Amino acid sequence: MKMELIQPFINAADAVLAQGLKGPTAIGYLSMEEEAYRRKGMASMVLVTGDIEGRIIFDLDPKTATRVASGFAGMELPESDDLVREAVCELANQVIGNAISALNDQGFRFRVHPPVLHSADQGAKSSVDTEALVICFETDSGTVHMNIALRYNCETEHGNGKTTAAQAS
Amino acid sequence: MEQFAPVKRSKDGQPIRYLVVDDSVFARKNLARIIETFGGQLAGEAGDGLTAITEYERTHPDIVLMDITMPQMEGIEAAEKIVQKHPEARIVMVSSVGYQENIVAALQRGARHFVQKPVKPEVLYEVIKYVLGEEATAASAAGAGA
Repeated sequence: MKMELIQPFINAADAVLAQGLKGPTAIGYLSMEEEAYRRKGMASMVLVTGDIEGRIIFDLDPKTATRVASGFAGMELPESDDLVREAVCELANQVIGNAISALNDQGFRFRVHPPVLHSADQGAKSSVDTEALVICFETDSGTVHMNIALRYNCETEHGNGKTTAAQAS
Repeated sequence: MEQFAPVKRSKDGQPIRYLVVDDSVFARKNLARIIETFGGQLAGEAGDGLTAITEYERTHPDIVLMDITMPQMEGIEAAEKIVQKHPEARIVMVSSVGYQENIVAALQRGARHFVQKPVKPEVLYEVIKYVLGEEATAASAAGAGA
């Protein structure tokens, strides 16, 4: 994956988390994930189709999810509350929507699908053209994991011709 | 949360009534909380575009806050259908997907304004006042945030 694809997601996550939690965020670490995705806690997945296709997963351990949801809601929420799961989906929706908006203005065309809770413990293994990048955001509420697996779609006009670049990490 | 000078209907001094449309319960609750700080009243809620049309007919709100990406029927299509039947409808799109094409499409199909998520209450407040124009007045209130 090229950085031009990833940077808008990092910028959007940083901005959305900082606004929602009213505090600073920092990128903890970045890593390429070659093994199958393993869920860490409460996870929400958004599918993207179009010139670039793939999926983005936001994953938070249950206590962090509760603190983040409470921060976004502006009130304390109990750990078991459905609203916590909803908040993780809405966090994913906002970050991905903002990132896609930036990429769209660069000429890429997408369709963003509504976020769904990712309940499987394990996801599909990455492949050469859909390798996953994991970015951890450190916040005062805990660590937010963003797992991105995207690739250029060779079948669309804009994606065509960029396949080689997409396969380079 | 910051309190704003209450926005009321000019004709009868009643609170502005809102229909909130978003497939996320969390987002709807958040918007409802923000509306409260504007002195507004929640007239109804919907989780998709189809329900939004039904709820509009039922509640006849002063303002619709409409998400774009939703199951069954997306927000832009729902806005168009509402405006076709009720040209006076005031619909503000509230979405995280805020690229130019989307905004233009929404405005061309009847939406009055666009606010990008995450919603900043002070931005939404100004948009609501702008969209309502002379139909509403913002009374000055002690501790008002805008």
